[in-house]
Amino acid sequence: MDSTRLLLALAVTLVSLGFVGVMVRRNALVLLMCMELMLNGVILSLVTFAARSATLDGAVLVFLVFVVAAAEIAIAIPIVLLLARQRRTLDVGAWSELKG
Amino acid sequence: MNLLTLVVLLPLAGFVLNGLLGNRLGRGFVSVIGCGLPILAFVAAVRAFMQLDGAAGAALVESAYTWAVVGDFTFDVAFYLDRLSGLMTLIVTGVGSLIHVYSTGYMKDDPGYARYFSYLNLFLFFMLLLVLGRSLLVCFVGWEGVGLASYLLIGFWFEDPAKAAAGKKAFITNRVGDTGFLLGMFLIYHALGTLDFDAVNEAFQGPVPPAVSASLVGVLLFIGATGKSAQIPLHVWLPDAMAGPTPVSALIHAATMVTAGVYLVARLNGLYLQAPEASQLIAVVGVATAFFAATIALVQTDIKKVLAYSTISQLGFMFLALGVGAYGVAVFHVYTHAFFKACLFLGAGSVIHALGGEQDVRRMGGLWRRIPFTFWTFAIATAAIAGLPPLAGFFSKDEILWYAFASERGGSPLLWAVASFTALLTAFYMFRLLILAFLTPSRMAHEVEHHVHESPPSMTAVLVVLAALSAVGGFFHVNVFLEPIMPLPETDHALEHLELPLIVLAVATGLAGLAAAVYLYRGGLERADGLARRYSGAHRLLSGKYYVDELYEAVLGRPLHWVSERVFLDIGDRRLIDGSLHGLAALAQRGAGRLSRIETGSLQFYVWLVVLGAFASLAWVWGHG
Repeated sequence: MDSTRLLLALAVTLVSLGFVGVMVRRNALVLLMCMELMLNGVILSLVTFAARSATLDGAVLVFLVFVVAAAEIAIAIPIVLLLARQRRTLDVGAWSELKG
Repeated sequence: MNLLTLVVLLPLAGFVLNGLLGNRLGRGFVSVIGCGLPILAFVAAVRAFMQLDGAAGAALVESAYTWAVVGDFTFDVAFYLDRLSGLMTLIVTGVGSLIHVYSTGYMKDDPGYARYFSYLNLFLFFMLLLVLGRSLLVCFVGWEGVGLASYLLIGFWFEDPAKAAAGKKAFITNRVGDTGFLLGMFLIYHALGTLDFDAVNEAFQGPVPPAVSASLVGVLLFIGATGKSAQIPLHVWLPDAMAGPTPVSALIHAATMVTAGVYLVARLNGLYLQAPEASQLIAVVGVATAFFAATIALVQTDIKKVLAYSTISQLGFMFLALGVGAYGVAVFHVYTHAFFKACLFLGAGSVIHALGGEQDVRRMGGLWRRIPFTFWTFAIATAAIAGLPPLAGFFSKDEILWYAFASERGGSPLLWAVASFTALLTAFYMFRLLILAFLTPSRMAHEVEHHVHESPPSMTAVLVVLAALSAVGGFFHVNVFLEPIMPLPETDHALEHLELPLIVLAVATGLAGLAAAVYLYRGGLERADGLARRYSGAHRLLSGKYYVDELYEAVLGRPLHWVSERVFLDIGDRRLIDGSLHGLAALAQRGAGRLSRIETGSLQFYVWLVVLGAFASLAWVWGHG
């Protein structure tokens, strides 16, 4: 089993773990972490393919994803903090009335 | 110097200056511009007329501007001055200038002074465009333009809904006639490829007749003329047009604009000479209009309404002359009518001014001592319109009656008889007006009587000039002057020995009208009221103006209302357009209501949906890859 397969398997594992986490957990912080996990799985697959095709496109895309992920977390964490302060809980179910 | 262009553009400059600056620069400026530029235009018109005389009958043509080039045809804004348009230009600018001067007195205290003069100048501009235009197209622009100016001035006091409605009525009634004008113009262009008056006349007089029925074109253009010149069946707007200021009634609705239809037919005499059926129609409509309008005028009590119906009646006389081929005679009557009718209207304006707005002759009387200038000028003009010699109206009306009797182009004793009877009625109702307003003992309210005053010199001077012209204008025989371009029709030689007796009879008719009016109204209203009570049915019919307005309302107005209310508003607008839009909106709203149910508030469910969507699109791409 060569390293490419190994790395791709790892990427799939990461994404699946993250997905399962998002589906079964209700804690907002854990949800965010699981989403990061999925993102990392995707980034890993990107890097793997980039290395295999010996071009820079994949690497550039990876940096783009980093930047977007950082920005997303920078906004998401304060939102979660504010919500938690309001209701004294991190359960996302507590906010379901926001559906409109 | 392009003299004709100058004549046309001077009033336009007045309109622009007064319209833009008049309210800021004050009344002095408005009066100088508003009267000065028309007077300059009159001077320029006189000079152009002299040049025309020097040119030995050849017409002056000036091309001012190329409007449009379509294929190998160019639409030029060109001006054409021959004896006919020259005479009309002199009437328009001359009488127009006089009425401008009169207006400085009449409208002195009106807050819309600048607006009034700019509209009046705008009217002159369009009227000159109409008269001087070489092609039917330029004439049509002027034709529509004078309609616009007429609308603006009838509704000048637009705060009064009745006056605004009168303006609309005039405008819309004229639109009906304009349809005929446009269709006739299209036919001429289709058949001849030109719209120039001289070319059209030449083509219809040429050896090869054009491939279009002259009578059809003639009737269509005559429909346009009935609109502008208030002939049956489109006469209903002119009496209502008296809602405008009285000088406007004098200038637009008596002396100039309403004669545009006569001018159009006279201008196209080459065409109408080839259209005996159309000419016959014109003669019949003309004499019928003259008669019916005169009968209505017998019982009207509003001084301006009497004059309005008298205008319609006199226009009928002009069309009668046109219909029997005596084009020059019709223009002769246009010319004399411009003087005496302008004088009558301005005199009526002076009376209204003196009485502080009173227009009902039943509440006048005894004015002749109080406002002598107005009385004497009004009396001269009344005698002129009644056809008493040697005043202007006698000459032109007598010529009309003679050609109606003896012309080889459709004259007949019947036309003459109706026209003569109408002349009798004319003399009667005009002297009735004169006697009731000026001579009988006063029936004025005490308050009004106290304030009666003669008008300022700017008004009386104009009255004197116009009365003088009404007195002596007839000695300039326009029909002879115009004979080189508009030959008079042959008359029946067997009838020629009757010409002198007929003149005597015409004079006797006028005197009979005078005598009847004196007999009936000498002592005030009692005798006439008794007569009205005895023939109350006829009196109601006449004061109801034959119920033509009511007939149009029932036949045209109400069905149109019904159709627009029921069909266009209810079905078209409310159901079809509003309904489909509201339906679409409701559909979107209901659909959105259904879809919003899948928003449960559970994040996990949303993620499921996202993942499902992602897989579905992947599968779709796979399948169609």
